[in-house]
Amino acid sequence: MGRFIIRRIIGFIPVLFTVALFTFVLVRAIPGGPFDFQGDRALPPQITANINAKYHLDWPTHMQFLSYLVGDDVVARVFGGIYAETAGESRGLIRGDLGPSLRYQSQSVNDIVSGTFPISFQLGLLALTIGLLIGLPAGVIAALKQNTWLDYSATFIAVLGVSVPSMVLGPLFIWLISVKLGLLPAATWGTKPPFLLGFFPSNLDWDFWSHAILPAMALGIGMSASIARLTRASLLQVIREDYIRTARAKGLQERVVITIHALKNSLIPVVTIIGPLFAAVVTGSFIVEQIFGIGGMGKHFVTSIGNRDYPLIMGATLVYTLILIVANLLVDVAYAWLDPRIRYD
Amino acid sequence: MATVSLTPGTPSILSQKPRSLWRESFRRLLRNKAAVIGGIFIILLALGAVFANVIAPFDYAEQDLLLNNAVPDYLMWAMPAGAEGYARITDKFPLGADSLGRDVLSRTIYGARVSLAVAFFAATVSLLIGTIYGTISGYAGGRVDNLMMRVVDFLYGFPFLIIVILLQTYLKAFARRGAEGVFASKILEINDSMGGMLLLFIAIGLVNWIGMARIARGQVLSLKQKEFIEAAHSMGSGDLRIIGRHLIPNILGPLIVFETLAIPGYIFTEAFLSFIGLGVDPPTASWGIMISEAVQGIRSYPLQTLVPAIALSLTTLAFNFLGDGLRDAFDPRMAE
Repeated sequence: MGRFIIRRIIGFIPVLFTVALFTFVLVRAIPGGPFDFQGDRALPPQITANINAKYHLDWPTHMQFLSYLVGDDVVARVFGGIYAETAGESRGLIRGDLGPSLRYQSQSVNDIVSGTFPISFQLGLLALTIGLLIGLPAGVIAALKQNTWLDYSATFIAVLGVSVPSMVLGPLFIWLISVKLGLLPAATWGTKPPFLLGFFPSNLDWDFWSHAILPAMALGIGMSASIARLTRASLLQVIREDYIRTARAKGLQERVVITIHALKNSLIPVVTIIGPLFAAVVTGSFIVEQIFGIGGMGKHFVTSIGNRDYPLIMGATLVYTLILIVANLLVDVAYAWLDPRIRYD
Repeated sequence: MATVSLTPGTPSILSQKPRSLWRESFRRLLRNKAAVIGGIFIILLALGAVFANVIAPFDYAEQDLLLNNAVPDYLMWAMPAGAEGYARITDKFPLGADSLGRDVLSRTIYGARVSLAVAFFAATVSLLIGTIYGTISGYAGGRVDNLMMRVVDFLYGFPFLIIVILLQTYLKAFARRGAEGVFASKILEINDSMGGMLLLFIAIGLVNWIGMARIARGQVLSLKQKEFIEAAHSMGSGDLRIIGRHLIPNILGPLIVFETLAIPGYIFTEAFLSFIGLGVDPPTASWGIMISEAVQGIRSYPLQTLVPAIALSLTTLAFNFLGDGLRDAFDPRMAE
């Protein structure tokens, strides 16, 4: 297992490299640069040239990419010439430096990511928790009480839940709970940097929860519906297996049969969709953050493309890619735990 | 020798029309009420989208700037407390007007065009590419299969949303700048006349064939060992004929079911891209654009957001009902 994880983590490198290369080339192929202001805000050509030189935007694209990967000090030392004229601005991706932001002067991409990513992370984690807390029990109850009113209403609500996107749930919650009933605040996030351990909210008080409930529900309810549907279908299949009949035949209590024998095996397909669901959280977080005015990373991702803030686009893309592939790895590890027949070595 | 007469009206098992798998599935589908309602809703919506210029009371781009943010009297209950103080109350627009004075109902009807067109074209593109790719991979087997599936696995690990966003930014930037070549400018011309929809189809369709390819391959792998394929081989059928006449017709059912269940995802993707400004070009009406334009003012004018939001949800709900019904109909073991 340990070797499998290590092998997979090594496998991250080509994926991250390909994503970086693809994004780098594509972003630079988009017409328009970061400092091409129009009309009154247009810069004199000399100033544009100086700025472009500072950020190496006048280098050939492949040299820019190399400098992004290994740092411009290394490029200067190896290639010399015009590449040595500018001072070392970035230390390169391999040394964990995502470079300077072109739009937010004096901030590095590392600063922006570490200031905003934890908020998106907290939102996503809460949404996933809500999804599991509602989805698993609902699916189990629906399967155990198959073809009763409990099953029908749970199934119906679940179809409703997967059909209503967070883009709709968010405004609906704001309208109903914040505007009409005035119960919870409709905007912003209830905790600020510095974060606990760099990721977690430092104040778990009412201020945090009252701001977190609505956006987390808007993201988590769709997830809980998918989880409930899958749990129900999978548990219904498992319950008909021979080994469940055997367990009942040897006189085990129904509670034990369900919790020990049936539930664990029925979770396997459920775990499979947590990977794709995590990707959906990422999508949803762009929208939910915008609807609720939360200062997470979603906003930067969308606006940085419009601003042609190349390093910020790269940073956001790589962070999201990393999250997705780590989520997929965790899913595979969970597989092996749930189903001992699966071996990775 | 006794002859069996097969005249019409003979109560013989032989005279009954043979029930094909498709016909049987269709009968099961008709018994599922939710699926039938979903199907009827989609047909009505499609008719509404096609005849939008006849049904809609106004054009989607027609503005009445003096009546922006108008609210009809009978919907005042949905407005926040104190709305009487600031809202323009008029019955000119059945569901009110948006911040630019355009009729919300008409724009919602026109918005169905975009959502359904995306659903249809993205589904067709991904079905076409996915089926061909997956069938070839599964049928060829061996080293070819291995290589083709490695490519799919690799692409599967990619963050697709980001790629769609980048692709769409790239395509749109080129569309704004205008193209040089004959082919490219023709494409941009079509895209313009469709309000920016063509690029959207390409972007969404190009990234969604991967799941379909995996399913098609799995189906082919389980079918190609069957006796009827062996029989076709022994009768001297070529590979193309076996794929075209025997394999694809048999895997098409499950693939269409999966595709129907994937359609809500395509509709969401369009709405999402339009929401962040990378979808269709304004003033084309799309539910995603309508929600994104109205959501800033949701505290004062909630209706402008809620109307397209409800339309979007009902449509995906209908597709989910229909998809579930199709799945149950094609695979009766799931229904029980």
